[in-house]
Amino acid sequence: MAEITEPASSASASAASSEAAAPASGSRLAEGLRAYRLIAGMWLRSTMAYRASFIMTTFGNFAVTALDFVAILLMFSRVDALGGYTLPEIAFLYGLSSTSFGLADLAIGSMDRLGRRVRDGTLDTLLVRPAPVLAQVAADRFALRRLGRVTQGMLVLGYALLALDHLHWTALKVLLMPVMLLSGCGIFCAVFVAGAAFQFVAQDASEVQNAFTYGGATLLQYPPTVFGRELVRGVTFVLPLAFVNWLPASYVLGRPFPLGLPGWTAFASPLVAVGCCALAGLAWRVGLRSYRSTGS
Amino acid sequence: MVVMGVDGGFADADSADPGFIELDRVEKVFDVRKRTGFLKRERRQVRAVDAISFSVARGEMVGYIGPNGAGKSTTIKMLTGILTPSGGRLRVAGIDPSRERTRLAQRIGVVFGQRTTLWWDLPLIDSYRLMHRMYRIPDARYRENLDRCVELLELADLLDVPVRQLSLGQRMRGDIAAALLHDPEVLYLDEPTIGLDVISKARVRGFLRDLNAERGTTVLLTTHDLQDIEQLCSRVMVIDHGRLMYDGPLAGLHEAGGGERTLVVDLERELPPIEVPGARVVRVEGPRQWLAFPAAESAAPLVARIADGYPLVDLSVREPDIEAVIAKMYAGSAAGAERAAS
Repeated sequence: MAEITEPASSASASAASSEAAAPASGSRLAEGLRAYRLIAGMWLRSTMAYRASFIMTTFGNFAVTALDFVAILLMFSRVDALGGYTLPEIAFLYGLSSTSFGLADLAIGSMDRLGRRVRDGTLDTLLVRPAPVLAQVAADRFALRRLGRVTQGMLVLGYALLALDHLHWTALKVLLMPVMLLSGCGIFCAVFVAGAAFQFVAQDASEVQNAFTYGGATLLQYPPTVFGRELVRGVTFVLPLAFVNWLPASYVLGRPFPLGLPGWTAFASPLVAVGCCALAGLAWRVGLRSYRSTGS
Repeated sequence: MVVMGVDGGFADADSADPGFIELDRVEKVFDVRKRTGFLKRERRQVRAVDAISFSVARGEMVGYIGPNGAGKSTTIKMLTGILTPSGGRLRVAGIDPSRERTRLAQRIGVVFGQRTTLWWDLPLIDSYRLMHRMYRIPDARYRENLDRCVELLELADLLDVPVRQLSLGQRMRGDIAAALLHDPEVLYLDEPTIGLDVISKARVRGFLRDLNAERGTTVLLTTHDLQDIEQLCSRVMVIDHGRLMYDGPLAGLHEAGGGERTLVVDLERELPPIEVPGARVVRVEGPRQWLAFPAAESAAPLVARIADGYPLVDLSVREPDIEAVIAKMYAGSAAGAERAAS
């Protein structure tokens, strides 16, 4: 039987609280991952109770995203290149963007519901549980059917790798592949979290968030050369989506870098992803703090 | 260091310090922005909770009442760590709720009448299983608590039903069970009987009474229903406009508020208004008459006097409306404050 010790006086209570706060950041991450695993696992089990339904919705998810690529194929039945990029090269960009976005969407795609939770007050119920709120929101309604998009992205990427037969592969380029996908996933996750944090302030902003997440993923499926310079600049320096695929892919494909950026930027994606996640985490904290001080 | 077992109970109730829940001049100020023009906005500060101080001992069962918007829910939200107070000092079991929200969460249970803490689309039992893991409840303890709640709250047939398909009363019972699986030392209930039918209300009240008596769980509940307080709480706190208006036993509330109860009598036939000392007729409708009498007084002698002089068929006593009592109390304190100022 667990025994709970209670600080005898308020002085020792505050001492205990500062002690508890010090090693908290590491254990908070562990606590968050644990809560995420528990909640996502529950949703997973409940999904698996209806296996046929799961298979059908996953296939549906796959089919919808697959049609998306068919649109590009149709375009290429009329033209040989888009912004100077061939079909396999476009497929390469597409596959990278779709897979990394799909992974982020699978992991924390439910975060765009935060505004609704704030509005109907159900966020309060998460705040009385002994787990970080971010993990609870992220894992809510974990839907494995979103694997459909990841599968589609990986198939397109696989096609691109087969079709890009003229490419000279080096060890560095091969290593860059998983790094790109993981960094891309990290950057998209940061966008999801930052968007959710914004919904603490503006509860109807889920459409704004979608513009950056789904919109961003679609944007990255096309080469930077088809977009205006200002847009490319914005997507590089303001919201650094260019690090998901444009910059590292430029290196892999041996293409000139957008905006004449130096070649090392191709390898900066992991750092950019870590930076974005840190900033998004900060934004989340600010958002949650403002919620807890205003209650709305 | 005071070491206390999870079982709590009365042995601890005596030795524990009286301030298990302690509020010292706690305030909550909201910034309310009102649109006054196309872009113009007016900022206004609202004191939802205004320098409230009270303390609740371990094992107490306290009713926290007041009209809509009085600051009840805001207080509960500060006590659970959802909201950060704007000022004052607040401790629950020695923990500052807003700073150590997750640590406190292990030791409190919360039931919101208006919204569920259960996972809406999943069967009830899934929520419980998740609580089991999330709160790190020892297996044997979890099983014991779940069995007990299932039995006493009659949940056996509901465990496999998705929460969204439960009726309000069933859901409320499910929510109460969820809040108790981890043996919380304090249970907060925000409007636990709102919208429930008579049978569900009775069941919930009975369960809470037993919980408090057998486990010594400290209970703080907000309600609109005076019967909840009457049947459960030895102590009641009244809050209005963010201020604590009254803190004491329920009987004293009627006196403090100068409230009146109503005796409704049905006579054999239409008669002129009853004349009886200690009460006055406020309404006559055919053979039925309404008499107001001071809430602090017993109805029995009054009934005896009426039965002596009039052909009585039936009667009932109506408790004063809580909102009316509080309104009166508030008016009284405002007048008192004015007198003191002049």
